[in-house]
Amino acid sequence: MLNPAGTPVVEARDVTVALGGRPVLRGNDLVVRHGEFVALMGANGSGKSTLVRALTGLRPLTQGSVLLFGTPLHEFKDRHRIGFVPQRGTAAGGVPSSVREVVASGRLTRRRLLRPAGKADRAAIDDALEVVGLTDMAGDGVSTLSGGQQQRVLIARALAGEPELFFLDEPTAGVDLPNQHALAEALRTLSGRGATVVLVAHELGPLEPLVDRAVVMRDGRIAYDGPPLAHEDVHGHHHPLAGPHDHVPHVGSPFDTMSLDPREDRR
Amino acid sequence: MSTADLLDLLSRDFMQRALLAALLTGLAAPAIGTFIVQRRLALLGDGIGHVAVTGVALGLLTGASPTWTAVVVAILGAVLIEVIREQGHTNGDVALALLFYGGLAGGVLITGLAGDGAAGLQVYLFGSVTSISPSEVWYTAGLALVVLTVTLGLLPQLFAVASDPEFARVAGLRVRAYNLLVAVLAAVSVTVAMRTVGLLLVSALMVVPVATSQQLARSFRSTLLGAMVVGGVAAVGGLVVAAWLSARATVAPGPSIVLLALVMFAATWPVGVWIRRRHRLAEPFPALGTETPGPHEVEQHPHEHGQDCGHPAVRHGDHVDYVHDGHRHAVHGEHYDEH
Repeated sequence: MLNPAGTPVVEARDVTVALGGRPVLRGNDLVVRHGEFVALMGANGSGKSTLVRALTGLRPLTQGSVLLFGTPLHEFKDRHRIGFVPQRGTAAGGVPSSVREVVASGRLTRRRLLRPAGKADRAAIDDALEVVGLTDMAGDGVSTLSGGQQQRVLIARALAGEPELFFLDEPTAGVDLPNQHALAEALRTLSGRGATVVLVAHELGPLEPLVDRAVVMRDGRIAYDGPPLAHEDVHGHHHPLAGPHDHVPHVGSPFDTMSLDPREDRR
Repeated sequence: MSTADLLDLLSRDFMQRALLAALLTGLAAPAIGTFIVQRRLALLGDGIGHVAVTGVALGLLTGASPTWTAVVVAILGAVLIEVIREQGHTNGDVALALLFYGGLAGGVLITGLAGDGAAGLQVYLFGSVTSISPSEVWYTAGLALVVLTVTLGLLPQLFAVASDPEFARVAGLRVRAYNLLVAVLAAVSVTVAMRTVGLLLVSALMVVPVATSQQLARSFRSTLLGAMVVGGVAAVGGLVVAAWLSARATVAPGPSIVLLALVMFAATWPVGVWIRRRHRLAEPFPALGTETPGPHEVEQHPHEHGQDCGHPAVRHGDHVDYVHDGHRHAVHGEHYDEH
């Protein structure tokens, strides 16, 4: 829900990030309040992924500050309060690992060193698997799943720590439509439980109805921040031409510039 | 050699020590090896092994115990490899190669300075488990226990860091510290395995059992435990085979251990291929939606046309149509027009 009065969960002030000396983010301010579902959008290279990486502490800031739950990022210790889904094609490594093992590694934010997993840990892992609809596949090897299912595994991993704030970096990239719907369903459940979601997306697809605030990035700056935009407002719209289309190639004589084509005349 | 002779040989003191050392090595090396394979650094053990040659040579030169100088130098080398890799100035494999050659060349040079020649190094390069002394068995046992306790105790953390360092960092784990810990443990197990299989074959004991076990296992934990079983069986079995053959020829236990592990891999590999094939056959086909031609909403037509989407693209005036099931699609806002 759009929540103008809620407590700020993420407060980014003047966030500037340079990669190899080139500025990728320039002086961005962003406040995300409790319970919001924010989509960070923009073209490739606009800095939306970098912004999320800066907010999670994966990218050092050149300038500016980030507060998570009111605590500066470098002092932030309550890591179990945030869940992160990295932009990644696969959840598999060099050694086979089961879905449950990968999901269980998300529970580490709440587990102490050298203590076996307790009842609450197992329950949280079961719940995370159920939310993404992979309970039946818990024992399967991650590498045998499809890309979309692996992405759901990564979301379940973030869920297992029962965080209040989610960062998702392009969760729908390269995921087929049935899996996008499953993802959207999982995120709807999360959002319904009161979690705050910050999501990077190139295309919203089935996630569109969930988003209640869109932040559009352009050239490392926030260009728009407000209610979600219709697809056509962001990407433009082309009107069909009246009259029949013919598919016959327009043959021009050597002296003809081809500009007699009626469609080209209009531009 | 008859069975009675073999049993007599195996019951000797030096052989008992050798068996114990081999068993511990066979358990510890694959345990840490699993994490190294998970991080796709299968040759890390080899790199550390070469660096350890310099450590052994320093021990020979100074008169200190070669085992301990090897431990120190191997740890330094492992940390150096990790630092070079993390700083990203060179690729991980280039960092390994640099230390490979530096370690080996330094080791041979320093052994020469010590006046020992290649023979002094031989014991460490190819292993000589039957000449192991009681005190060395204790060192080996202690170091192997340290490796096993730390890897099994920190299994969840090490798994998280090895499989997805970025996620682990956001989750608040000290990724660099854990990576260094894995490197140091690898260095320790290299020196543990040094007397058993030798520095040149050390990496085999860290990698081959893991490769064998992952043919059959589906989870990380079962891969790790399976690798330990394979490693233990190969180490003890290889030693017994070497002892049995020793009546006829000089057979070093190191090569027989490694070859036995490779035989176990060769035996499980076809089984793994068969299991994976059966899995693929059992998988259901992805459900195919029935496409209805005519101007349709995006809801019914999930496909996003674009470059390399698989549908032939046709330039059509100011836009591009995509040939689809015998008709031409033009994207128009929420739906596709038929052109």
